Amino acid sequence: MKSPDIIVKTENLTRQFGRFTAVNQVSIRINRGEIFGFLGANGAGKTTLIRMLCGLLKPSSGEATVAGLDIKRESEKIKQKIGYMSQHFSLYNDLTVKENIEFYAGIYGLNRKQIFQKQNEISKQLQMEPYLDSRTSDLPLGLKQRLALATALLHNPPILFLDEPTSGVDPRARRSFWELIYQKAAQGTTIFVTTHFIDESEYCHRLSIMDNGRMIAIDTPESMKKRYKKKSMQEVFGFLIREKGI
Amino acid sequence: MQLNGHRIRTVARKEWYHILYDFRTLFILFLMPVVQLIMLGYALNLEIKRVDLAVLDYARSPESTHLVNTFKGSPFFHPFPYDGSAANMDHLFKTHQAHAAMIVPSDFDRQQQRENDISVQFLIDASDANRATLIQNYCNRIIAEYNQNNTMSLSSLFDLRSTIYFNPDQKSAYFFVPGIIAMILIMISTLLTSITIAREKEFGTIEQILVSPIQSQEIIIGKVLPYIALAIMEASFILLLGMIIFDVPFRGNVILLMMLTTLYIITALCLGLLISTQAKTQQIAMMMAITLTLLPTLMLSGLIFPIASMPRILQWITYLVPARYYLLIIRGIMLKGSGGGQLLEPILLLGWFTLFFFIAAIRRMNTTLER
Ligand SMILES: Nc1ncnc2c1ncn2[C@@H]1O[C@H](COP(=O)(O)OP(=O)(O)O)[C@@H](O)[C@H]1O
Ligand SMILES: [Mg+2]
Repeated sequence: MKSPDIIVKTENLTRQFGRFTAVNQVSIRINRGEIFGFLGANGAGKTTLIRMLCGLLKPSSGEATVAGLDIKRESEKIKQKIGYMSQHFSLYNDLTVKENIEFYAGIYGLNRKQIFQKQNEISKQLQMEPYLDSRTSDLPLGLKQRLALATALLHNPPILFLDEPTSGVDPRARRSFWELIYQKAAQGTTIFVTTHFIDESEYCHRLSIMDNGRMIAIDTPESMKKRYKKKSMQEVFGFLIREKGI
Repeated sequence: MQLNGHRIRTVARKEWYHILYDFRTLFILFLMPVVQLIMLGYALNLEIKRVDLAVLDYARSPESTHLVNTFKGSPFFHPFPYDGSAANMDHLFKTHQAHAAMIVPSDFDRQQQRENDISVQFLIDASDANRATLIQNYCNRIIAEYNQNNTMSLSSLFDLRSTIYFNPDQKSAYFFVPGIIAMILIMISTLLTSITIAREKEFGTIEQILVSPIQSQEIIIGKVLPYIALAIMEASFILLLGMIIFDVPFRGNVILLMMLTTLYIITALCLGLLISTQAKTQQIAMMMAITLTLLPTLMLSGLIFPIASMPRILQWITYLVPARYYLLIIRGIMLKGSGGGQLLEPILLLGWFTLFFFIAAIRRMNTTLER
């Protein structure tokens, strides 16, 4: 029943906070190597969904597997397989760039030599040699976000969860961030990314649109535009919220 | 409980960076105890300047006058004759006209000649228990002086056996300094760690840690280690300061005291971490840390109010105050020169608290984010 190519699968996944339903019966299947986007306004339930998949939050009902592992029973094993970048800036501002890399690599069990290699690799890839010993708070925001992405990838996870990774970043920095995402996807990493920027949805292989905890559409951006006869995702999104939204 | 030393070192090193980069906190950390120690040390160091002593002299004999004069000769006592009845004595105390009263029985002389028990009654206002103890000590001293100078009959020495209901311990003023040290240590140590996890929650970095394979016991141990080092430095500093400023004697074994102080510090640090797993923000964490350490330690550890004179219910509650055990340890070692064997009970009980807070912090760590 479980296809080997489906790497994330949810079945009526639901989470309630008190009487409020933040995520309402969401069922999705994500294929290996896909860039899967989750588009939705603030409060749609994107973060709640991601936190359940990462094992930070228990679902109220429904099922889900990540890399074939059950999120309720095997969350410890899932941790080795996933990278996560939360919607908050997740590096320590008072620590230097090197120290941040050292910490995140260390808690994933990388040894001294591997950590040193990673520091070099990241500094080359992100062209941040001059910043290695500066405090992270002194970095430009775009660079910070890319560094946060690099730290989420230190242990080469096959699945990467990105929660609004580009919010608050200028358009140019957003583009270079997406270049990194594409590089990673080309290496076979599955990427699950949430956004409230509609234009970013065009970058995704497949896309799901969320509104008030419910998933109201799931398809490739092209098929969506074709199906609803719209020229842009902007129009598709507006149409769907009007028609299917609650 | 399986542990990965590499991951623990990683967390410890990172906490150490936080400590080093935060000069302001470090500065406050070493300045605050100095201020507290000096302020509290002098505030609690009750130097009694003047004790108004009401004298009910039923004997009115040369001997009784001699006794009263001995009190007059002391710089502390201001005896004044009182003509009312002994039954109205508490009125004097309530209106603060007297702090103590001495009742010399009419057969004072006869008693002396009989060469046996002579009873002079002292009443001491013990609404301030510590002051009462001090007054009692002073009375003792003056009676001893009188006995020595008593030429009437060398064998008829009498000793003072007054009963003080509210403060049966025999205390001296510097008894407070070890107590203040105990209070400062628990408060600062708890504060130190109370913000560490709360801060990660505020900044959102906690999620990044919780999605990694690191175990909660590794986080807790890693976080506590650097603070143990810091708190030991702090403790040595305060202990030295207390001994230098207040001349507190040190009769026991320094190494034993430092080892047990470390145990006490770890208790506080683990309590701080437990608080931190529960508090949502650093501010709430700090409030909780202060509330849970300052007042209970001040009121219920035996620092100021002797536990033996508390109501039964409060006495039971004092068993929940870790400072209670450390107070026995530090007073025992510093003032009495006690060894580990004599302090076994408080050491074991304190050890239980350490273990309890440590395990509780680990368990709560797992559920920090669940709501
Ligand atoms: N821990 C929580 N307790 C109560 N309500 C929450 C909690 N987390 C999220 N919510 C609510 O759930 C809804 C969805 O939140 P979230 O998943 O963060 O949305 P998004 O990430 O799409 O902006 C919001 O209305 C939010 O207020
Ligand atoms: Mg969100």
